[in-house]
Parts: sequence; structure tokens; C-alpha cells
Amino acid sequence: MKKILLASIIVLVSFIIIVLSLGLKTKNIYDTKDLIGKQISELDLKYLNEDRTFSTKNLKKNKFTLINFWASWCAPCRKEHKHLISLSKNKNIKIIGINFKDEKSKANKFIKEMGNPFDIIASDSDGKASVSFGVYGIPETILVNNDLVVIKKYIGPIDQKDVKKILKLVGQNE
Amino acid sequence: MNKIKNLSFVFIIIYLFPTNIFSSDNLNTKIYKNLRCLVCQGQSIADSNSEFALTLKSVVNDKVNEGLTEQDIYKFLAEKYGDWILYNPPLKSKSYLLWALPYAFFIFGGLVLFFLLKKTLKHRRY
Repeated sequence: MKKILLASIIVLVSFIIIVLSLGLKTKNIYDTKDLIGKQISELDLKYLNEDRTFSTKNLKKNKFTLINFWASWCAPCRKEHKHLISLSKNKNIKIIGINFKDEKSKANKFIKEMGNPFDIIASDSDGKASVSFGVYGIPETILVNNDLVVIKKYIGPIDQKDVKKILKLVGQNE
Repeated sequence: MNKIKNLSFVFIIIYLFPTNIFSSDNLNTKIYKNLRCLVCQGQSIADSNSEFALTLKSVVNDKVNEGLTEQDIYKFLAEKYGDWILYNPPLKSKSYLLWALPYAFFIFGGLVLFFLLKKTLKHRRY
């Protein structure tokens, strides 16, 4: 009996150590792996400067679409803006800017100041639409193909390395 | 004596009131408590006033008003943010062990106790 008890305790302790050490290696933070390969939600978004909406369904006509969540109050958005401008020169990609929880006048001022890389600027003034894209902070950028399937998602500002990766994925100007 | 009477009266009144008037534990709050605030440290969205938590609360309210069930809302948010957003993870092939272990430990502990007691009682008889 004592032997069985001792063996059980050893098994139990080893099991706990293994589980805890595996737990230490597990990344317990939100990442994008769940969204890659999934289709984005079909929803209607309001244009920032027009009284009409556009459906994400319409993005199917684009070979690739880069959906960027930004705001004038977001400092990292300023940092990444030049990279969006450089990506906008590629013909294989359309860039949709979703203005997140911002004031229209300030958003327009930002675009006037920094340049406009966006083919469409939509507004998500209450941030609810962004939840459908799995966004939890800005800037975030999602690359989708013409089936509206997420190929890549970037949390935080994109940099030159990301630009190169995106260009590799979408191909150079064709 | 009067004080006791008054206090008893207050207790009876409080007891007779529908509990949900005083308790915020309605469906929305229940859902908030099971949703992790992804931008906070160890907080549910119920405990947080971050922008993300406020937006998510608002989305939950909308979904509840649209008539979605609690499980539908969890499913919708888990599709967008992964199971990590749920404090109560769903039963999946990866989480079978997590769900089964408490029961396994309970049974194991019971068996150990049973055999130990059996042995002790057996020794006492002689």
C-alpha cells in the first residue's frame, strides 16, 4: 500500500511539474493566429466624409485589401503612416482606412497633414465595427485576399519590414 | 426592543424585494464577468473601464438586445479574439484534460482515502 501511495505521489508531483513548466512556455496573450485563414465579417461601414455606407462584400473585387485601423489621436498611427503611403503605390492592393473612435474634423486634419494612402476612409466612431474584425487597440492592420480571407494581421504600427512582407505577399505592381 | 423590531422590518422589506433590483447580476453582467479584458492585467471587462472593455460591453449589450443567447455571444467573440477572451473556456479536444482533471483528482483522492481507512480499520480490529 505504501508503495502504491508513494508511486501515486511521485506521478502526481511529476505531472504538476510538467503542466506548470508547459504553462510557463505557453503564450497567454492575445495573438492573431485564430483570425488567419478566416473570412472577415460582412458588414456595412460608414464613409467618413459621406452620408452613405459601403459593404465589406465590395472588397471582393480587389485582389488584395489592406484594412488599417487608425485615429488622429493615436501616436503610433503617425509613425506607420509613411509606410501606408508607400504601400498605396502598389496597384495590387487597395487600402481601406477605418477611422476608430475619432472626430471627423481631427481625422480629416490628420489626412491633410500626413497624406492620404486610403482608397476608402470609413468611420467607426463607437468602435463597435472594429470588434467584428477582432481589433482591440490601434493601429491594427489586416491583409485580406479577394475571398475576404485574412492572410496577415498586424497588431501595432507596421514598419519597413512589414511593408516588404506585405509586398512579397501581394506581389509587386502587375 | 423597538430597534430590533425596526431592523427586522427592514430585513423583511429587503428580503421581499426582487433580488435583481439590488443585484447587478443580470445576463449582461454575467457575460461581462466571463470576458477577459485583453488590454488589462487579470481583469474581466466587468472590472475594467478601458476603451476596449467599454466597447466590448456596448457590443455585448447590442447582441443581448438583438436576442442572441449567452453562448452565441461567447461564440461570436471567441471567433474574433480566440478562446483566450473567455474566462470559462469551452470543452474542446485541447481542453478535455483541463475539465477532466478535477474529477480525476477527486476520484483518486477518494480511492486513496478509502483504502487508507480500510487498512486502518482492519488493523484496529486485531
